[in-house]
Amino acid sequence: MDGCSSNDLGCPQLLDLISKDREWLVQKGEQRSRGSKSEEKKLELRLGPPGEDYGTKLEREGSILSLGYFSNHKDNTYTFGGFTNTGDMKTAENGWIMKNNGSQNQQFSFTEKFQSNNNAEKKVFSSAAAASANPAVVPNSSQKRTAPAPVVGWPPIRSFRKNLVSSSSSKPVPESPNEVPNKVSSEKTAQSCGKGFFVKINMDGVPIGRKVNLKAYDSYEKLSSAVDELFRGLLAAQRDSSAGGIHHKQEGEKLITGLLDGTGEYTLVYDDNEGDRVLVGDVPWHMFVSTVRRLRVLKTSELSTLCLGIRQEKTRLDAASK
Amino acid sequence: MNYFPEEVLEHVFDFLKSHRDRNAVSLVCKSWYRVERFSRERVFIGNCYAINPDRLIERFPRLRSLTLKGKPHFADFNLVPHDWGGFVYPWIDAMAKRGVNLEELRLKRMVVSDEGLELLSRSFVNFKSLILVSCEGFTTDGLAAIASNCRFLRELDLQENEVEDHRGQWLSCFPDSCTSLVSLNFACLKGEVNLAALERLMARSCNLRSLKLNHAVPLDTLQKILAQAPQLVDLGTGSFVSDPDSETFRRLRTAIQKCASIKSLSGFLEVAPCCLPAIYPICLNLTTLNLSYAQGIHGSELIKLIRHCGKLQRLWILDCIGDKGLGVVASTCKELQELRVFPSDLHGDGHAAVTEEGLVAISAGCPKLHSLLYFCQQMTNAALITVAKNCPNFTRFRLCIINPTIPDPVTMQPLDEGFGAIVQSCKGLRRLSLSGLLTDQVFLYIGMYAEQLEMLSVAFAGDSDKGMLCVLNGCKKLKKLEIMDSPFGNLALLTDVGKYETMRSLWMSSCEVTLGGCKTLAKKMPRLNVEIINEGDQMEATPDDDRQKVEKMYLYRSLVGARRDAPDFVWTL
Repeated sequence: MDGCSSNDLGCPQLLDLISKDREWLVQKGEQRSRGSKSEEKKLELRLGPPGEDYGTKLEREGSILSLGYFSNHKDNTYTFGGFTNTGDMKTAENGWIMKNNGSQNQQFSFTEKFQSNNNAEKKVFSSAAAASANPAVVPNSSQKRTAPAPVVGWPPIRSFRKNLVSSSSSKPVPESPNEVPNKVSSEKTAQSCGKGFFVKINMDGVPIGRKVNLKAYDSYEKLSSAVDELFRGLLAAQRDSSAGGIHHKQEGEKLITGLLDGTGEYTLVYDDNEGDRVLVGDVPWHMFVSTVRRLRVLKTSELSTLCLGIRQEKTRLDAASK
Repeated sequence: MNYFPEEVLEHVFDFLKSHRDRNAVSLVCKSWYRVERFSRERVFIGNCYAINPDRLIERFPRLRSLTLKGKPHFADFNLVPHDWGGFVYPWIDAMAKRGVNLEELRLKRMVVSDEGLELLSRSFVNFKSLILVSCEGFTTDGLAAIASNCRFLRELDLQENEVEDHRGQWLSCFPDSCTSLVSLNFACLKGEVNLAALERLMARSCNLRSLKLNHAVPLDTLQKILAQAPQLVDLGTGSFVSDPDSETFRRLRTAIQKCASIKSLSGFLEVAPCCLPAIYPICLNLTTLNLSYAQGIHGSELIKLIRHCGKLQRLWILDCIGDKGLGVVASTCKELQELRVFPSDLHGDGHAAVTEEGLVAISAGCPKLHSLLYFCQQMTNAALITVAKNCPNFTRFRLCIINPTIPDPVTMQPLDEGFGAIVQSCKGLRRLSLSGLLTDQVFLYIGMYAEQLEMLSVAFAGDSDKGMLCVLNGCKKLKKLEIMDSPFGNLALLTDVGKYETMRSLWMSSCEVTLGGCKTLAKKMPRLNVEIINEGDQMEATPDDDRQKVEKMYLYRSLVGARRDAPDFVWTL
């Protein structure tokens, strides 16, 4: 609304830019105006041209529109490829993006390339905007190639696919609330989780368990040494306290080795998605990661007396490989 | 035209398979209209609100196969609220009441309820085929009703639907006497299925040609099914994870090798790359390969796989194949006709997976390519011009640059020239989706050259009303136009109002059209339904402020006036 341009003081600097920008809008004889109340509500949130659509979108997305043509704050000019000389803001509108957090920082660029090619672009917003632009408005991360947060309707991918995509790059969400956690959905979860897959790990004789992030490792050897590091201290502490602290103090912390081949004092086993307890190391690493539910470090001496629920295939595998 | 008795006319019309031909024939004269309408068994309705069930049945009493489409296309991208409409129940109800001998129902973007499925299953004794694409509103209970009651069911094909999974025993509901299944696709279901029931069903379905499993079906079950169904032509795997050294995997390899008929492969909803070599033996027969759900396969493994697929005609893949991988596709798949490259990472913090290079390579290597959907990080005018030269046969060209307003990164120019080359070269282009930085110029080209264009999708493009006017004026065959976030306003909307009666629909969201403009249009064109979708309260507060911009407008021609099932937030002007 044109009327808002005078309302400088109470509004954030963004408002100044919006109202200035709006004066430049070249409409083909169209008088655009909206109810001012709703306008003002939205003004705080958006830099794009007025319209409930943007505001509503924002309310839904909880983010802020920012104009893609704001370049870095160093030269304080607004450049955007393809602007016509009339300063038509329409093309400018195309440059706005949504941010994915609701903070007042704006991501001002779609790509670094815009910013780096200031020469090729026509400078549309001349001194007026530059004058009103407050450096505080410009973000400090303007050089970073920031990925635009999703605008509703863009990119044009069905939610079906978007869920697949997002599940592979962010924390997984169970596919259906009805799913039993042990079942396939957590399997898929384990496989597709990009950030971390934490499983509990308990050691015989150590009352406190730990959690280990299997995504941080890509082999059994690395897991084994991680287990060693996790429990070495705790185990030593346990021995100290149980043995009265006399004999074992001199030993210090003993390394936990031979977890995978049965040569050590302890052996690593896991509970899989079918509830069976299985020796660690039989299957390829990725398969292990997809089926493991929790880890246990058991005393090797006690293994033979335990009933290990090894699956048919694994028994044959052992037989075949020996 | 009384040269032939009607029986002869009817026999001749039998040879007309396409809807367009039959529609044309029915316009010749009254007697042809009458013969045609009594002989038409398959009806296609592109917009379920353009006509109503009663009139449909009235005109085509011999209706056996009905195809209905509901929500506008942009509903796929969450632009249309869930309860907007598109309910199929009234259609099923009307056909049941009027004794239609329905055998096939194909729905796209419609709301289907369990009650509807139940009614469907009980009302049509000869019902054979249910195909649901991008539908929602039903649960596995509805599927159970279909399974239980449709005695001659041949086809149950669920593609990318939102189904509430009650993890019940819907598969077990197929009676033992049901042996007629030819096609079963439940890949989109999220829940567990009764594996034993599935195996038994597969064992007695000797006519099975097409099977697509969901992720809950493990490789072990797949192996057992394949061993008994080597005649399969179309397979969608569920989970493809196993220990390559296991007996299960050995059996799978053996079973797959016997499946000499498989021409179409999809699924891999869960996949361990080390298991992929099991399918190499059938790769050389494949004409269709859909790996677009297979998040677990890296580019290098994809490339290894593609090298085996020399006969591929249709490929759907993720962009992690990379430009290099597309180069391999170009050199291997000389018969390629359709390519879809979907994004595997939307947040831009990964490597740029495919660029214009991949597309150029494909266009150079695959001269038969005519259908493209390509998600990429960047595109250049030069590349598009080259593609246009290499592949003049495009009928569908959909380019989606993830960043929607990015210019040509080399020249920093808009992509007008590139798309201009495409429309100029591809004289048969029927469908086009634009992206990237675009001015009015591209619309000038489209209006000038895209003579066969039927569907155009526009986002973040154009400078002024002139753009939209060029399209409306120039594209004589335009049927569907959908526009989001572009600066087209009332002038564009109102200059040629008669145009919209020649089109199926127009969607405009986040543009410059105002309530007043829409009201004017609605007044001038009574046979158009002009719907405004208001999701906020703004419009409610000031319904008479004609100057306010309309957030979402969807208009379509209709013979039956405003629909009566519109929710509160939809105003039909």
